[in-house]
Amino acid sequence: MTDQAYNFAYLDEQTKRMIRRAILKGLAIPGYQVPFASREMPMPYGWGTGGVQVSAAVLTPDDRFKVIDQGADDTTNAVSIRSFFERTAGVATTTVTTEATVIQTRHRIPEVPLAEGQILVYQVPIPEPLRFLEPRESETRKMHSLEEYGLMHVKLYEDIARHGHIATSYAYPVKVEGRYVMDPSPIPKFDNPKLADCPAIQLFGAGREQRIYALPPYTQVVSLDFEDHPFEASRADHPCGLCGAVDSYLDEVITDDAGGRMFVCSDTDYCETRQAAGHRGKDAA
Amino acid sequence: MYVAVKGGEAAIRNAHAWLAEERRGDTSVAELSIAQIREQLSLAVNRVMAEGSLYDPDLAALAIKQARGDLIEAVFLIRAYRTTLPRFGATRPVETADMACDRRISATFKDLPGGQILGPTFDYTHRLLDFKLAAEGGKEVQQAEQAGDAAPAPVPHVTGFLNREGLIEEAPRDDTPPPDLTREPLEMPADRALRLQALTRADEGFTLSLAYSTQRGYARNHAFVGELRIGTVAVEMDIPELGFAIDIGEITLTECETVNQFTGSKTEPPQFTRGYGLVFGQTERKAISMALVDRALRWEELGEDDMGAPAQDAEFVLYHSDNIQATGFLEHIKLPHYVDFQSELELVRKLRREAGAEPMQEAAE
Repeated sequence: MTDQAYNFAYLDEQTKRMIRRAILKGLAIPGYQVPFASREMPMPYGWGTGGVQVSAAVLTPDDRFKVIDQGADDTTNAVSIRSFFERTAGVATTTVTTEATVIQTRHRIPEVPLAEGQILVYQVPIPEPLRFLEPRESETRKMHSLEEYGLMHVKLYEDIARHGHIATSYAYPVKVEGRYVMDPSPIPKFDNPKLADCPAIQLFGAGREQRIYALPPYTQVVSLDFEDHPFEASRADHPCGLCGAVDSYLDEVITDDAGGRMFVCSDTDYCETRQAAGHRGKDAA
Repeated sequence: MYVAVKGGEAAIRNAHAWLAEERRGDTSVAELSIAQIREQLSLAVNRVMAEGSLYDPDLAALAIKQARGDLIEAVFLIRAYRTTLPRFGATRPVETADMACDRRISATFKDLPGGQILGPTFDYTHRLLDFKLAAEGGKEVQQAEQAGDAAPAPVPHVTGFLNREGLIEEAPRDDTPPPDLTREPLEMPADRALRLQALTRADEGFTLSLAYSTQRGYARNHAFVGELRIGTVAVEMDIPELGFAIDIGEITLTECETVNQFTGSKTEPPQFTRGYGLVFGQTERKAISMALVDRALRWEELGEDDMGAPAQDAEFVLYHSDNIQATGFLEHIKLPHYVDFQSELELVRKLRREAGAEPMQEAAE
């Protein structure tokens, strides 16, 4: 591929304009799913084509781009998407959360609080929070327009009746500015509180499902719950084995075949920054 | 002592190199040329063009070579290329009545104007492996006998004959510009033009199975193949600078019109109804399937009952017919999901602890 054969950030300007319009509409109506004419991208649906299109539409040559998958900069798909934009947009890249102006993510929100001027782009597989309660798009759109979210509350109630807890641990539904129920993408519910009142712009792209939605800075985002069963952000109850952090989301790593495991930060940048500052967990070298 | 797995970049590079090696296979065997694929695997090329929505046999052949013969992967390569192409304009609707037919059969009339033309079909072959093909450097194939040099007679559409008697529903001319599936998001309800657009690029296997299900009683609507024609049509485009249309090329198409029983409904009199299929290239199975599914999806406008059959459900059919979307989402589950899995682990452990199934368990570190 001669990279000069493609426009800046791969997509042609007309397409980017179409996507930017959808983004602006999404920012104007927080939590509302805006249909957009998603394009076939050179990576498969399910690999983040929605996020890639949103990133392509918002990137400028001066941006510094970071990509994480499961919180990590070095997972194969994060590497692949980062190199895609290095090739087609020539933008600078970074793994440091605070240095990035645009961050594309799959399944996590960075541990370090985001700042004004940053854009967080989420890859979304199923944008419709009501999809598994009602498979029909024509029906779910009607439910959103009528603000008819009873079905969702019934589902959460049934969880409590059956398990004593709401049995949703990721892609936990939220309500935006008291209006739209929104799927925050499959982030663990540990990350849900970071969605709210965030100084950065948060954009959600679902390529295969052809939807874009957004949270403008400082938006009110409330995880659905009940007064007597309040929402609880949960994490594994351990410190990070490498950096000792007790406030980060942890991955469980199996270390041998005799039940040995350890817990480490899923956000690699957070963990490395802490280690560089001298923090040590009990499994650190 | 645990060291986080690094080196995704190197892993990807090595995987790509290995893939290229596997694609080439044993280097002592001659490499396939694009021309060989185009000429000798032409039905695969046709399928890739049809589902890739791009009529270019050479690019389709290249995609098949690059995809190691995985046709859905080849369709994907074509789609991803197609989406980067600029749009110069739209052609005029092609006139299939003027098709230079290689094949034209009707299952509803024994003989008819324009005649029955069998063409290059597998239909009456015996499916016996031809070991002569395995012998390399075999003799040249037998040439088919050419018909006379007389100019081909016009081949009018079969449904036109039925129309003269008013026995089949009208298909009135409609000049409304059709919606463009590749430039607008698919939204429901979808009109027939949009449904046909989605079906013509739909996965052949999915379309076949849906069509088959209608034959077996899931929204049964017995279809006769009124006509199946395969051949080339001229593609014309209006050139604003010239003020008239010129031929810019020709393409091979397969068109299938079905004639379906219809006993009438509250709104429509008893008459035959239509299903329609039109697909790039020689893609007979797909075109017939498309016509059956098209007919099944028309239940509402014809005032038929909703049988709750999958083939009647436009949302179900259209949202699941695209194999690039389907394969992408299906295969993405092999990407890492350990963050979500971890949160599920925590939840299940918590629920089991409370159910008394499992004692508090500390991680053995």
